[in-house]
Amino acid sequence: MPGIKLSEKTIGIIQQICSDFRNEGSELINVLHQTQGKLGYLPAEVQEVIAKELNISVAKVYGVVTFYSFFTMIPMGEHPISICMGTACYVRGSEQVLAEFKRQLSIEVGQSTPDNKFSLNCLRCVGACGLAPVVMVGDKVYGRVSPQMVKNIISEYKEGCASEAKSA
Amino acid sequence: MEMINLTIDHKPVVVRKGTTVLKAASSIGIDIPTLCYMKLDDMNIENKPGGCRVCVVEVKGRRNLAPACCTEATEGMEISTHTIRVVNARRTVVELILSDHPADCLICAKSGNCELQDMAHHLGIRQIHYEGAKSMYREDTSPAIIRDINKCIMCRRCETMCNDVQTVGVLSAINRGFNAVVAPAFEMNLDHSVCTYCGQCVAVCPTGALTEVDQTGAVIRALSDPTKTVIVQTAPAVRAALGEEFGMPAGTLVTGKMVAALRRLGFDYVFDTDFAADLTILEEGTELLNRLSAFMEGDKNVKLPILTSCCPAWVKFFEHSFPELKDIPSTARSPQQMFGSIAKTYFADKINVKRENLVVVSIMPCLAKKYESSRPEFSVNGNPDVDYALTTRELAHLINLGNIEFKSLPNEEFDAPLGESTGAAVIFGTTGGVIEAAVRTAYEIFTGKPLPRIDFEELRGMDGLRKATIDFNGTPIHIGIAHGLGNARKLLEDIQAGHSEFHAIEIMSCPGGCIGGGGQPYHHGNAEILKKRQRAIYSEDRNKILRKSHENPYIVKLYEEFLGAPMSEKAHHLLHTKYFDRS
Repeated sequence: MPGIKLSEKTIGIIQQICSDFRNEGSELINVLHQTQGKLGYLPAEVQEVIAKELNISVAKVYGVVTFYSFFTMIPMGEHPISICMGTACYVRGSEQVLAEFKRQLSIEVGQSTPDNKFSLNCLRCVGACGLAPVVMVGDKVYGRVSPQMVKNIISEYKEGCASEAKSA
Repeated sequence: MEMINLTIDHKPVVVRKGTTVLKAASSIGIDIPTLCYMKLDDMNIENKPGGCRVCVVEVKGRRNLAPACCTEATEGMEISTHTIRVVNARRTVVELILSDHPADCLICAKSGNCELQDMAHHLGIRQIHYEGAKSMYREDTSPAIIRDINKCIMCRRCETMCNDVQTVGVLSAINRGFNAVVAPAFEMNLDHSVCTYCGQCVAVCPTGALTEVDQTGAVIRALSDPTKTVIVQTAPAVRAALGEEFGMPAGTLVTGKMVAALRRLGFDYVFDTDFAADLTILEEGTELLNRLSAFMEGDKNVKLPILTSCCPAWVKFFEHSFPELKDIPSTARSPQQMFGSIAKTYFADKINVKRENLVVVSIMPCLAKKYESSRPEFSVNGNPDVDYALTTRELAHLINLGNIEFKSLPNEEFDAPLGESTGAAVIFGTTGGVIEAAVRTAYEIFTGKPLPRIDFEELRGMDGLRKATIDFNGTPIHIGIAHGLGNARKLLEDIQAGHSEFHAIEIMSCPGGCIGGGGQPYHHGNAEILKKRQRAIYSEDRNKILRKSHENPYIVKLYEEFLGAPMSEKAHHLLHTKYFDRS
């Protein structure tokens, strides 16, 4: 387990989310959803705070976190990259696109680059099948992506180009 | 009450609305096989996740098969429990479970007591038609419990006990699909979790996924070592259950045969934890009276209620979950540890054996006792007061290894001096017993008068939470009793909130108290067995000549020769302990 210590501020954020849901154990999934949205991921220490606030066991929180692939205990990169593996994207070559991202970034699915700039994940269908294969970087959607385009997409977010990319 | 008419295997049956098909069938003598299902009547303990699908039945007019354990009987239902479709489905389900099972039954600790093995036998499985991946999860060994998750069938009974009954919350299903396992948070090992080692998960596990740490080998080695003097103590609840391991009916008292068996196994002295239970009453009862008197004299610092401290799982529970209350429980050690402490000082001196050469073995209905004996505060220079704590089941195993025909053994008596006990000590084995024993002694010391009656029926029973008021000659003493840690939690939350009405509370972790301990013969979900054990305990008490702890002549002598008086400095050093904040 990562031995991180949460700041008072982070604990405050989690407590606020829990109280927004009336500290009810039955709201666990909503609480986890919001917390991950705010903090980016759900490390053990965060789960412990949530368990205490909702008065349920840590084992149960961990059980839900590990059940849903949406939840992650590993911090996402500054620019989370998601490759769609839905049927349409898959048949139009998203697997090759994924392989190229892995090669360029030297990380596997579920991992982040050592500088924490990029993380790599797969998802199922973003509802843009007409643009298959689809890649998302943060909230930005890239359509008809080919392996040849991968290098350029990454470079948009590299040092110096970040602000430009965000405004794009 | 609305009644429902249905037929099961063409037999008509009338049940109350809300009854499951499983229960309706059993009411007319049709036993639908189950695996994950568990119900302990009268204790409000039920596990019916509908997960294993072994209990499927055919319902006329319904396309798919229905799990009987969680399908409610409805008007006009026509159920078939053994059509070819049902039997094939049931066999397929069990074959699929077995396809992801190590199938090392010949050397499995649960062999002969395994519900999965029994099910495979019951259904006549001779071949497994499915070959697929096998779970490969690491084994987790703690001071008391071993988890071998590759044998888990995801029945979730352990989760029901750990979460719903005990409210300890160590175990949960984690991960998904084939990778799903029952584990502590973050897949830590048990000894890094808040596990109390109550062993109720082990008591209900249908397979060998959860078992106790086996110390029989170490005991056999000690018994065969000529340099060691090996003595044994037996907890009160053991004598009311050990016979079951040898095919005797539940509730058969086997005290004398147990003593005879232990002697034949080669123990140098066969003693009784009941002796130490009497000692516990003198210490704990005196502590109760001291606190009560101080309270009545207006001392604002005195902490009430006093809580019993015999149960090591309960001790670990409050150390984790209620550390701010750690000044409230009695500081008296448990009978097991008092025995060890006295054996390795007073008795070792008496027989002129060095502490290192005296091996103390205890026979306990409990898994947490293994953990308790390993707590560092209960050893002197690395030598533990209690060397090995075996369960009732492990003792049965030893007796079998010793080629002893248990049922035909004569009744024998415990050795002196640590084998003498009163009826008050025997009832430690059941919920309500410790506090009744304490009342018998505290009343006489407090009032200076003999008890008008010895049996306190108002403290007995099987309800999870009980209360009674005992009249101490004009002073009402309010007593609370809880068994099962979930019930204990309720009383503790009242204390935390400052509105506890009690002067004294008895807490036992296991449902029923020690008779339902995690180390007892498996009850396989039959709560009737616990009640029979309880009756056996009370009958042993009734048949004792001495029934109050302070009348035990060897206890009187122990204080005269060695300890001085209850709560003396020496008694404090040897018989009391302190608690730790483990939150």
